[in-house]
Amino acid sequence: MHVESKLRKPLITGGKTLHDVSEDISKRVEQKPSITWYAAMIISNITLIVGAYAVYRTLWDGIGMWGLNKTVMWAWDITNFVWWVGIGHAGTLISAILLLFRQRWRMAINRSAEAMTIFAVICAAMFPLLHMGRLWIGLIWVLPLPNTYGSLWVNFASPLLWDVFAITTYFSVSLVFWYIGLIPDFATIRDRAKKAGRKVSAYIYGGLSFGWDGAAKTWSRYETVSLVLAGLATPLVLSVHTIVSMDFATSVIPGWHTTIFPPYFVAGAIFSGFAMVLTLLIITRKVYNLEDYITIKHLELMNIVIIVTGSIVGIAYLTELFMAWYSGVAYEQYAFYNRVTGPYWWAYWSMMTCNVISPQLFWFKKIRTNIVATFIISIIVNIGMWFERFVIIVTSLHRDFLPSSWAMFYPTIYDLGMYIFTFGLFFTAFLAFSKYFPVINMAEVKSILKHTGEKVKK
Amino acid sequence: MDDKGVKFVIGIYEDEDVLLDAISSVRDKGINIYEVYSPFPVHGIESRLGYKRSRLSIAAFCFGFLGTCLALTMMIGMTTIDWPMIIGGKDFLPLPVFIPVTFEMTVLLSAFGMVGTFFVISDLKPWGKPKTFDLRSTDDKHVMAIEIEKNNMSEAALKKLLKSNGASEANSKMMDV
Repeated sequence: MHVESKLRKPLITGGKTLHDVSEDISKRVEQKPSITWYAAMIISNITLIVGAYAVYRTLWDGIGMWGLNKTVMWAWDITNFVWWVGIGHAGTLISAILLLFRQRWRMAINRSAEAMTIFAVICAAMFPLLHMGRLWIGLIWVLPLPNTYGSLWVNFASPLLWDVFAITTYFSVSLVFWYIGLIPDFATIRDRAKKAGRKVSAYIYGGLSFGWDGAAKTWSRYETVSLVLAGLATPLVLSVHTIVSMDFATSVIPGWHTTIFPPYFVAGAIFSGFAMVLTLLIITRKVYNLEDYITIKHLELMNIVIIVTGSIVGIAYLTELFMAWYSGVAYEQYAFYNRVTGPYWWAYWSMMTCNVISPQLFWFKKIRTNIVATFIISIIVNIGMWFERFVIIVTSLHRDFLPSSWAMFYPTIYDLGMYIFTFGLFFTAFLAFSKYFPVINMAEVKSILKHTGEKVKK
Repeated sequence: MDDKGVKFVIGIYEDEDVLLDAISSVRDKGINIYEVYSPFPVHGIESRLGYKRSRLSIAAFCFGFLGTCLALTMMIGMTTIDWPMIIGGKDFLPLPVFIPVTFEMTVLLSAFGMVGTFFVISDLKPWGKPKTFDLRSTDDKHVMAIEIEKNNMSEAALKKLLKSNGASEANSKMMDV
């Protein structure tokens, strides 16, 4: 039998019973959405359509529509790609690594964090896919098929190809992990619909629930599957951003060619992912009245992860500066000197302020348990993480080896439009998820209710 | 559907710890439990029901190993045998650069193979038929199903036994299983 300290704060407040959990979560799926939901959906759809125009021009006229030039040949698009992939790290980290560490506070947040991961990875994939211009050919180019464009096969020595494998694997494994967790909850919704006589709903969720009936044998296998998937997903999460960082680290560009990149990128990814989870969950818990499930304690624990990863990122920034000086290589020293004091100084200092200074505020308990402060800092962190990628990519490129090639990068409205498009896509998908899918893993929350619910803690 | 099939006695339990004790005492009396249905995973239920540990992790390993082999065969076949090329001054068999793709393919096949096996052995498929003895078993009740014909006890005696072991309700139901 499980015994837990009574001194620990309950993870589920409000004296909930098992039935209350089903009721509170399933009701959102069964009821008509609120006006707020419709308003948010319309805004997201407009954003998506406006952004889709930039996608159309990119595909029709080519990437000449973007602000890239011969010197800065990678900028806005790859910044957005890395930013979205980074955000996509929190979901699987929460459900896999926290499962291995038996952290039960993950149970209330893993569902929406995983959904966020999946949508963020889709948004990230938009940039490499659309930048290939002819999407239909591009999709074939990345596959290991014989082709007539040079060497016969794809180049397995290229980190860009590793990225293709890493991101498709990460996306599909995360999707499977997420879906496995959803099956028992779909069954709950199906049976509620059967009881209430809602035939359409019972049919749809009946299909989605794969004939789940909660047999002890199936639960036992399900637990094994979850554990092994968590074990597989843990190194997978770490591999994805490691490989993304190798897109830069394996090149010889000063500012990119560093061995610190893989751990530094992974920490940054978790940092930005948790910030995005916080932004979304603070809104979701308020709109759907889920304060009893996603408590202040949950937010506080996530803020602690932000302090840790934010500090790792801060140390990495300083290490980069130190190593540039210590290397004695003039190009390396100039790249960093230029980063801090050059024409993009404002981007560098925005990054430092947002990523290194702002999360340190969470050392104060008052701040890390304050919802408004957490919400603001979570957005600041994501702005900072966008600047981090922009700084790394653009400042390293814009001062070429020959001063005659030096250039600046100015985004066009089509660069902005592509970014807006992914925001539209992300929020449309997240809103649809929050309406049609149970936003909290009911089965898992029920399994801990007896040990950590408010009633037993009294 | 309700009037054909075999007859079951169904015990409804409210609490998982009561359920676990009930399973033990019912099994101690030599009664065969058909299955127990719960809204959430109950820890320790497998050993009480006498289920062996799932071998799905072995399936995961086998599929993962298959992924490793496939990835290496693919890359060696393409870049070493079929169209040898020197990239970045490495030789024709640059094993270190094969590692990332090999790792990803291992994880991919392992995860999909294991989950696929899980779906097949547990008979989970889109629009699959759940064995719903009681609709509350996915909400807040644990349901213990006992097939009457397979046990040397009358329906009334079984119901009485379940009640005495903490069941809040004991019903009977015809199920086509």
